[in-house]
Amino acid sequence: MKELCFPFDSQNILRRRPALRKQLLSDGTVRIKKKIAVLGGSTTDHAVAALELFLLNFGIEPEFYQSEYNKFYEDAVFGNPELESFAPDVIYIHTTSRNLTKLPAGPAVRPEQVERDLNEQFAYFRQVWESLMQRFNCPIIQNNFELPLFRHTGSYDCWGNTGHAAFIERLNVMLSDYARSVNGLYIHDINYLSAVCGLTNWHDTEAWYLYKYAMSTAVIPDLAYSLACIIKSLYGKNHKVIDLDLDNTLWGGVIGDDGQDGIEIGPETAVGQSFTEFQSFIRGYKDYGVLLAICSKNDEENALSGLEHPSSVLKKSDFVSIKANWEPKDRNIAESAQELNLGPDSFVFIDDNPAECAIVEGQLPMVQTIHSSSVHDAMYKLTRGGYFEVTSVSDDDLRRSEMYAANAQRAAQMKSFGSYADYLASLEMNAVICGFKPVYIQRITQLINKSNQFNLTTRRYTENEIQEVSQSSGHICLCGKLLDKFGDNGIVSVVIGRIDGDILHMELWLMSCRVLKRDMELAMLDELVRHAKEKGIRTIKGYYYKTPKNSMVAGLYGTLGFTPDEKHENGDSVWHLDLEGYQNRNKVIKILEKENEDEHK
Amino acid sequence: MNTNEIIPRLNEVFRDVFDDRTISVSERTTADDIEDWDSLAHINLVAAVENEFGLRFKMREVSSMKNVGDMINIISERGR
Repeated sequence: MKELCFPFDSQNILRRRPALRKQLLSDGTVRIKKKIAVLGGSTTDHAVAALELFLLNFGIEPEFYQSEYNKFYEDAVFGNPELESFAPDVIYIHTTSRNLTKLPAGPAVRPEQVERDLNEQFAYFRQVWESLMQRFNCPIIQNNFELPLFRHTGSYDCWGNTGHAAFIERLNVMLSDYARSVNGLYIHDINYLSAVCGLTNWHDTEAWYLYKYAMSTAVIPDLAYSLACIIKSLYGKNHKVIDLDLDNTLWGGVIGDDGQDGIEIGPETAVGQSFTEFQSFIRGYKDYGVLLAICSKNDEENALSGLEHPSSVLKKSDFVSIKANWEPKDRNIAESAQELNLGPDSFVFIDDNPAECAIVEGQLPMVQTIHSSSVHDAMYKLTRGGYFEVTSVSDDDLRRSEMYAANAQRAAQMKSFGSYADYLASLEMNAVICGFKPVYIQRITQLINKSNQFNLTTRRYTENEIQEVSQSSGHICLCGKLLDKFGDNGIVSVVIGRIDGDILHMELWLMSCRVLKRDMELAMLDELVRHAKEKGIRTIKGYYYKTPKNSMVAGLYGTLGFTPDEKHENGDSVWHLDLEGYQNRNKVIKILEKENEDEHK
Repeated sequence: MNTNEIIPRLNEVFRDVFDDRTISVSERTTADDIEDWDSLAHINLVAAVENEFGLRFKMREVSSMKNVGDMINIISERGR
């Protein structure tokens, strides 16, 4: 919904909230349901109301628990049966500098005392998280602390022994250090957010005393949006691709008219310098695993000559798909999406021409468009839009573009083979299939929460749940890594089976679309059967739960030789496989017993 | 600004905040007359009215407004 995309009109959202909510709930979108507990140090009603809208717009239907006013500490540390039975999927601790109880009282306080108070203040919050972690196995999102608007001493407040800004900044560092050292705690950076909104707009003394709101109502949509970005990132709903126009988006000028020498990029001019900064900024996204693509109205040769400009930061090899032609842009985006096996809804399209943005919005409303009126504007919208919000960084993210490039090489090789079987053999594939080792947990969680197509049950798990199930003796958990002569595809398949006597119930089976039609599913089944037999399993029960996106595996169990037991009207089905006399299915992938050396690095 | 100018604009705000196209406010309308007028809606209403008429209510005004008439009096003094 356009009203809820950044940049949004906060006042309009507050005023028209009920109508927007109704419209979202009746638009026919299939959403995942999540239970979110909001533990507040101030009144949380407004934040929750706005958060609901943004989450609905991100494809998540939330149900909320709200602590009583300022009872976040009590709920967390002493427990609360209502919260207990709510069984949250996510806990959000909405505290602010209003909740700090140990701020230095005045200039007479000794440094040793400030130090003790700081540690005590931190311990107070750490106790909240640790208690919650013990009781709930779910992600916890914690606001850090915003700077005060009012101060006695001017700049000295940020560096003096008893300065409040100094205290808050030190506390924020302690929060970040702690969050990095544990799993499942995520910092919501309201320190940044309050600065970007402006502390004069953020703080509202009257709203605090009238309603016990820790910030002005006008910025609550900003708070809620930024928080919703973390939550949708946890559930794998980030965008994946930045699709860029070229002329006046990646460089100044028009390459077809001005030629390689005439476009502005690089240190010679102010405009050229600004585009260098922009290209470097975009490259930074690639480093975090975002895919880059080009969608430009140009002759391909001209387009490429622009990227070959000696000052161009971005090179041809940085892009996983390049569409430079005279076709409508929406068609090119749709084609790039298809090539990459991604939905158009994972694309962010950036163009300096508002007409092109409008056409794409009209034809492909699920694509997020950014009209770049200037380099500054585009970087701001990318930043605040939160399309690529990071909640964890896996090795896979760092190597993603490389893997897509290897895929392009595989596609080229495929064309040179007479039969598909010959092609598969030529790839010299190896797989490592093993339990959920700690180094893989992040990637496994990521894969579980974003795989939609080759996913039999589409069950989502949090990182903590994965940790738990990986150590459970009542489950068989396998993850598979596929390597071939073009490179390492990383962890691409995950299976979780629950043991029930001599039956194994398949709770999860998914595979990344990156490795479709490579027989990896056969290798996974072979290994699963081997592990199952070792545990005395005689039958595997397979479940298919239909979603709008997983029809490609509706018949998978049948193809693999399972017998159908139930077929439901809604498209779901249940199957079983007797393990006696099972013959291995996989012929082309060699199973490596041991992992490569480099995995121990 | 006079009451006749204020009421239609105020009415639109109420209709949006309560998502009810049938609302028709008068000077005598109170929170008891509108079913969903709870504390959250009240805060939304105050923010939306402030935004619509480009004014800021004083703390005492927010806590002492008894009916729409009180609101209109403040708007007619300071609203735009």
